[in-house]
Amino acid sequence: MKLDGKAALVTGASRGIGREIALELARAGANVAVNYSGSEAKANEVVAEIKAMGRESIAIQCNVADSDSVSDMVKQTVETFGKIDILVNNAGITRDNLLMRMKEQEWEDVIDTNLKGVFLCTKAVTRPMMKQRSGRIINIASIVGVSGNAGQANYVAAKAGVIGLTKSTAKELASRGITVNALAPGFITTDMTDALPEEAKEAMLNQIPLARFGEPADIAKAALFLAADDSKYITGQTIHIDGGMVM
Amino acid sequence: MADVLERVTKIIVDRLGVEESQVNLEASFKEDLGADSLDVVELVMELEDEFDMEISDDDAEKIATVGNAVNYINSKK
Repeated sequence: MKLDGKAALVTGASRGIGREIALELARAGANVAVNYSGSEAKANEVVAEIKAMGRESIAIQCNVADSDSVSDMVKQTVETFGKIDILVNNAGITRDNLLMRMKEQEWEDVIDTNLKGVFLCTKAVTRPMMKQRSGRIINIASIVGVSGNAGQANYVAAKAGVIGLTKSTAKELASRGITVNALAPGFITTDMTDALPEEAKEAMLNQIPLARFGEPADIAKAALFLAADDSKYITGQTIHIDGGMVM
Repeated sequence: MADVLERVTKIIVDRLGVEESQVNLEASFKEDLGADSLDVVELVMELEDEFDMEISDDDAEKIATVGNAVNYINSKK
């Protein structure tokens, strides 16, 4: 299989897109560390599913915005699997509000988890990946990081930041055999998007040429492609997975 | 001292593909040995492994020459 014997760490993997990515990588043969922040029971379910496939898996609690915890998480992953080949920076939160009403705390929380978290996790895996002379870093951005979105100034700023971070990291690490790419999901049905009001969903649907919402599996398949050898000549890119919403 | 220089020299020769004769205490990694910033980061990582020590980012930034590296390692032993 495509990822036989590979070791992966997926952040925010207890639910939604992260969960589906963790399972998809495992289906392709990878051993997967399942990071979660609060949903321990759900993370353990993902671990159990992965183990049922005959792969190794562990759940690791860690707030990705805390540098010491992130170092420990990466250490634990390397100790468990003997290496780390794939990092998927997926953990993210929303604190939506109009700019005029946005609290500084709402801004900081989202930037800390969604942008600084990607920086910290990437920094932590760089050392083992550089030594291996190989690695795959996949950042989950968002289509709104490209298009902008009213009511999400903090989230959009963080996601646009992730796209820039992806490009810089790709340039720095290319000579060491490490590729860094981003996926920009559009409207994907998850707990995060289920919370949106019906009218908002209706309005979004009208902007999607493929006229339907995406599923976590649509993102997971692309993540598998970027994690596998098939994509070895692709780095620094952001792939839109949004039904054609933003071209 | 000689032993440390010898081990450091070996790592530099392996990593940067330079001649052993080019490696002396005054040699600057970037100016004289053709290393880029990432090469220096990697050298420091290898020195950490070779001498079983942790070199903080702040200290690592001060290591610019072969002599800096050797002195640093000797000071921590």
